[in-house]
Amino acid sequence: MTARVQMPRAAKRGEVIEVRILIQHAMETGYRHDEVGHAIKRNVINAFSCRYNGVEVFRADLSSGIAANPYLQFYTVAEASGAFEFTWIDDEGKQEIERQPIVVSA
Amino acid sequence: MKRASAAALACALLALAAGGAPAQERGIALDQLKSGSAFLSQDLRALQGDELANPAMLWVERGEKLWREPGGKSAKSCASCHQDASIGMRGVAARYPQIDAASGKLLNLEGRINQCRVERQSAEPLRYESEELLSLTAFVTHQSFGVPVGVSIEGPARAHFDAGRTLYYQRRGQMNLSCAQCHEANWGKRLLAETISQGHPNAYPAYRLEWQTTGSLQRRIRACLSGIRAEMLPYGAPEYLDLELFLAWRAQGLPVEAPGVRR
Repeated sequence: MTARVQMPRAAKRGEVIEVRILIQHAMETGYRHDEVGHAIKRNVINAFSCRYNGVEVFRADLSSGIAANPYLQFYTVAEASGAFEFTWIDDEGKQEIERQPIVVSA
Repeated sequence: MKRASAAALACALLALAAGGAPAQERGIALDQLKSGSAFLSQDLRALQGDELANPAMLWVERGEKLWREPGGKSAKSCASCHQDASIGMRGVAARYPQIDAASGKLLNLEGRINQCRVERQSAEPLRYESEELLSLTAFVTHQSFGVPVGVSIEGPARAHFDAGRTLYYQRRGQMNLSCAQCHEANWGKRLLAETISQGHPNAYPAYRLEWQTTGSLQRRIRACLSGIRAEMLPYGAPEYLDLELFLAWRAQGLPVEAPGVRR
């Protein structure tokens, strides 16, 4: 599974920064059937959260209405140097973590 | 009047001279060519142009990892021989399909990657349309971003080109349509909610919203065949290769824009 994150590597304290993330996931809706007519089990990323130095700054609950390979974009305020930690989990219980460091100057 | 016809004659003569060997008739003149992205909505064009949000870039990223991963019994990776893809692979995809000098066979990029795997890496060939093959193809094709498509149809490629052209203009399926009836005679017009494109291959492998995933040019051709209710040949069939060569020749000069985003 691949994920791509785009956010500034460095920022000034108090600056509003844009965070963008694209996650590779089939987001199987649970409404589809295979060639022999059996229902394909739903498997979507159901929860996504972003922590900035341990503090949650963004959270999203996703469901079967979201297209494959979800793309999320949000804003937060740069406060201190450290790391962003993105976590998401799907219906099969597969959890993934992606980290991105940031340097914040005064 | 006289002047106009003289100019037309001069143009025709020039066209003959430029073509060298028997001038190929082009269904769409070179200066009329429009990439598939010209028929997209503003939103989709923006999505394709956005390095991060373009979902097909996920496959390119995976391909970059696979490029450096040792495979097969040889424990060699693609990078062991070809090193930095951004230098070595620049412009390569724009010249495919191409005749393989050693075997004399026509190969598309997928075929070339699998040939490398079998002969150089002593690895199993990758299945057509598998995530790995799509990722590698997308990665290698992306290295030619912006390079004009330019395939050779000389020498042994000629027979494949002719076969591809025949397929292109042949009516088939329950709808009894040829490729040309949509993509040459009626491009730019509406087919229900869609604008018919000229059918160029320069954005493939591409992410199609309909598929919700990235797919190869052959998958796209199969979608057309299914649409006209024609028999779909299996992946990797030689007929697709011939057609791919003809499509690449038709798109001569259009910049490679893979990985594209399409409806």
